Amino acid sequence: MKIVIINYGAGNIQSIMFAIERLGFKAVLSNDPEEIKSAEKVIFPGVGEASSAMTKLRESGLDSLIPELKQPVLGICLGMQLMCNKTEEGNTEGLGIFDVDVLKFSNKVKVPQMGWNQIYDLKSDLFKGISENEFMYLVHSFYAPNCEESIATTNYDVEYASALQKDNFYGTQFHPEKSGDVGEKILGNFLKI
Amino acid sequence: MQRFTKFCVALRIFANLCETTKKMLAKRIIPCLDIKNGRTVKGVNFVDLRDAGDPVELAEIYSAEGADELVFLDISATEERRKTLVNMVRSVAEKINIPFTVGGGISSVEDVDILLNNGADKVSINSSAVKNPQLINDLAQKFGSQCVVVAIDAKQIDGQWIVHLVGGKVPTELNLFDWAVEVAERGAGEILFTSMDNDGTKNGFANEALAKLSELVNIPIIASGGAGNIQHFVDSFKKGKADAALAASVFHFKEIEIKALKQEIKKNGIEVRL
Repeated sequence: MKIVIINYGAGNIQSIMFAIERLGFKAVLSNDPEEIKSAEKVIFPGVGEASSAMTKLRESGLDSLIPELKQPVLGICLGMQLMCNKTEEGNTEGLGIFDVDVLKFSNKVKVPQMGWNQIYDLKSDLFKGISENEFMYLVHSFYAPNCEESIATTNYDVEYASALQKDNFYGTQFHPEKSGDVGEKILGNFLKI
Repeated sequence: MQRFTKFCVALRIFANLCETTKKMLAKRIIPCLDIKNGRTVKGVNFVDLRDAGDPVELAEIYSAEGADELVFLDISATEERRKTLVNMVRSVAEKINIPFTVGGGISSVEDVDILLNNGADKVSINSSAVKNPQLINDLAQKFGSQCVVVAIDAKQIDGQWIVHLVGGKVPTELNLFDWAVEVAERGAGEILFTSMDNDGTKNGFANEALAKLSELVNIPIIASGGAGNIQHFVDSFKKGKADAALAASVFHFKEIEIKALKQEIKKNGIEVRL
């Protein structure tokens, strides 16, 4: 199976590479449109700041390519947020795949949320065989509010969407590659879609 | 009236029930491993280890026992240190599926870049942040606050918490609380606070200072220094309001097992990942 991790200079890609290897697959890193289009599975990672990540996507033309992809695509963390309409972080326009606006956590809680929190109200084959209320590892200051495309919910400051799905596009706010064996199973589920 | 009282009691029980079932961010338990030339140092007492000095094997054991994160603190002083550390980071990332932080001797954006690129999730800076506070801003801007941990070692001198460098040997002019506010403003994503007064005593964490830190800054605080028994961890969360608690020897010498520790913390009504 050809798995491509989109490489646009944003994020800890090595951990995802290793997690995929532990699942018995190999992934390639690429920002080449043809290579990405020919993949069976595409992973869209991202950590860091939204507006600079979006600028990098635009520079490489990936902003128009990603929404056109037909194979399963998994956005992780900032990757997921960039797949939304827009984000309050740096007032950034997103890719508009998920019909929701990303907001900042309030000052009532510590920001960033850092650590393990539960996911519940699970929908979608991404969570096949995954129990409700499992703990996932999250690190983020901005969140996607619950919406029609939510396939998992988490509670921090508010109840928000910790995973989204629309057609072939999936997004997780948590890091499946850093969320223990359960996270690895979710990543494995994605590779089986 | 009696019926109303009963109703109120029932309502309170229901409210409590809701409170305990409400989902929330878990408190973290973090074992810390000292690394020298790519090997763990300082009395690791695991009889079931094939190689007690292998950080990867130890990391795997802690991960399996339920550690929420790991911290590797590099204390080597050789010229080869960076290369050795990077290799270790890579091997750890290859094997474990929980987050880990790397600290010790990190003083530039390039240092951090290479560690993150090899699979570290966060880096911890200490002396270099004191010497060059702008480094915090630079790292937060380039890599995001989420991977910038500022470690602060402090002890009390004449009733004042004073920041110290070089493992607590060299005092600075900085007050712990002022420095904590400054690092948060500069973009640190987390503070790892070690009380030198408590470190090694096994008498518990510096809960008063921890609670004050939590009040002053709006980023997570990791408590470090003083863990001796399970109650100390409970207190660091309840009294110290810490978001995570870090310890080394109590885990390395198996005085406290992580699974049992987390179960006990949970019994005290504190959310942990079990």
